[in-house]
Amino acid sequence: MTFATLGQRKGSSFASVFGIAGVVAVFVGVLSIANGFRNAMTATGSPRNAVILRSGASSEMMSSLRRESGRIISDAPGIVMGENGPLASAELFVVISLPKISTGTDANVPLRGVGDAAFDVRDDIEIIEGRRFEPGKNEVIVGRAAAAEFAGLQLNDKFQVGPNEWTVVGTFTERGGISESEIWTDAKVLGPAYARDEYFQAAYVRLKDADTFDSFKDALTSDPRLRVKVTRQTDFYSEQSTGIYMMIVTLGALVATLMAIGAIFGALNTMFSAVAARTREIGTLRALGFNGLPVIISILIESILLALVGGSIGGGLAWWAFDGYQAATINWQTFSQVAFAFDVTPSLLIQGICYATLIGVVGGLFPAFRAARMPVTTALREI
Amino acid sequence: MSENGEVLVKVSGADKVYRRGSEDLHILDKLDLNVPKGEFLALMGPSGSGKSTLLNLLGGIDRPTNGSVEIGGDEISMLSDRKLAWWRSRHVGFVFQMYNLLPVLTAARNVDLPLLLTNLSSKQRRKQVELALDAVGLSHRLDHYPRQLSGGEQQRVGIARAIVTDPSILLCDEPTGDLDRHAGDEILDLLDTLNREQGKTIIMVTHDPHASARASRTLYMDEGKLKTEKPE
Ligand SMILES: Nc1ncnc2c1ncn2[C@@H]1O[C@H](COP(=O)(O)OP(=O)(O)OP(=O)(O)O)[C@@H](O)[C@H]1O
Ligand SMILES: [Mg+2]
Repeated sequence: MTFATLGQRKGSSFASVFGIAGVVAVFVGVLSIANGFRNAMTATGSPRNAVILRSGASSEMMSSLRRESGRIISDAPGIVMGENGPLASAELFVVISLPKISTGTDANVPLRGVGDAAFDVRDDIEIIEGRRFEPGKNEVIVGRAAAAEFAGLQLNDKFQVGPNEWTVVGTFTERGGISESEIWTDAKVLGPAYARDEYFQAAYVRLKDADTFDSFKDALTSDPRLRVKVTRQTDFYSEQSTGIYMMIVTLGALVATLMAIGAIFGALNTMFSAVAARTREIGTLRALGFNGLPVIISILIESILLALVGGSIGGGLAWWAFDGYQAATINWQTFSQVAFAFDVTPSLLIQGICYATLIGVVGGLFPAFRAARMPVTTALREI
Repeated sequence: MSENGEVLVKVSGADKVYRRGSEDLHILDKLDLNVPKGEFLALMGPSGSGKSTLLNLLGGIDRPTNGSVEIGGDEISMLSDRKLAWWRSRHVGFVFQMYNLLPVLTAARNVDLPLLLTNLSSKQRRKQVELALDAVGLSHRLDHYPRQLSGGEQQRVGIARAIVTDPSILLCDEPTGDLDRHAGDEILDLLDTLNREQGKTIIMVTHDPHASARASRTLYMDEGKLKTEKPE
């Protein structure tokens, strides 16, 4: 009833609307970074694929498996049979240093040596420019994100790493997946170049279906000749991304909390002056017989409305500024660059609005209770 | 019971003490007051003498430090805040010097406010509002906002709001204090009519002898008590 009327005037609320907008923009922005990062890490993992590392290794960098293990793995039950044998790719993973386009300084890029079956295992890979590398040659294909991030990775470019010169013969995509931040070549060429012919680091296999995973895993882990860890590719990527995801979220939460404290003070201030401006009206209503509750509700509603306006502006701003924005960060598991796009999702926007509402409630509660508790005679004496 | 009839307001030995710093201010000091039903009483006295304080006690928006305030047989100073708020909405109408209308509401919606606390249907409320605004001669101003009305008109909306729940007692704190002579006279005529034709008991605080002359009795606040004669 009366709150509808009290809610109509906004007066000095501009500052707090913008304060709250800022908080929500940061909040949504940061979470969209975390979101986008996780998307990149999990976009293409197929539940039908399994990743095999040495047991105890938490990333490909730290894993190593012997050649014989590779043969045992590819003979395991549940792997899809292709024309040239089982769809299993024994892969090498090294990190090389190349200059970034943006800063000119060197940063790490993963250089992955893959087996012949790699393109059938990871069927999201698509060559968008050029062609695949030819087996046995010093040729590479470059993920789209890596090509955009690093200098000298365009089609037909050559780059030198140690004694080896590599030629870029193609660019590929993986539906936004993490491989787009990598450079791929033939494992049989990369192995000798890095003196790793006798072992490999990870095997990627394609299973008959997602349900085969458990029996496949059991078969490998119970094999006395192997000491391996078997993970679904989807889980593997999300495990890899958890650390940095949590770091971004924690940092973001910290910043957003600090800003929210500021915004709450802004809202408090606005609501106190709004209450002061209408103290006599509140006194009048209470003299007429209204008790404190409608007063509390009306002030809270006004405060929440302000917060919602601010939250919507902030969310919109974040969406407009950040959604799809391309960025790159270090993947701490492999110490190399991962490119990803900020992702502002509807659920993030809703979270942002909820956050704003919370700020509104906290900012309005105190002034509301104070106004409702003030003696009627005091309120009426206010000019 | 006085010779004029049933006593509506009975204040006995009311004290009101405010603390200011370390000092106690005895604004009302063992004050007694009897107001018979249907009286039009004027309260006068210098600024700061406690007229508004007394009116607040009578209207149940404040409590005496000591003593009792009985209205229509109810001891209102003993009621809880909640009950007191409910009691106010039934039994008193307030008329303020500065009208105290809500600027965002039309005249009709302002007058409707006290009815929101009743369980009348919106149709019944509408009818009551029209009757009240008609009684103050503003039936043509229903949808005007306070800022579109003159001071005198705003005060008439204030009076309509005070009478819309048909309370037996009207408490007016300097109702003409902010109006020119002509508008003030219209308000006084209106109060006079409400007193004579609808039998409303009216207690009006005023500084203006011209206004108090319209009342049936005038009392003077002096040193925390009410006197029948203007003190020197
Ligand atoms: N809440 C309060 N706390 C302290 N002192 C108060 C309070 N309310 C009123 N007073 C004091 O009590 C005295 C009487 O106030 P009151 O408003 O009743 O005077 P009044 O007779 O209505 O004066 P006026 O003619 O100026 O309206 C004043 O000195 C005032 O300052
Ligand atoms: Mg006064």
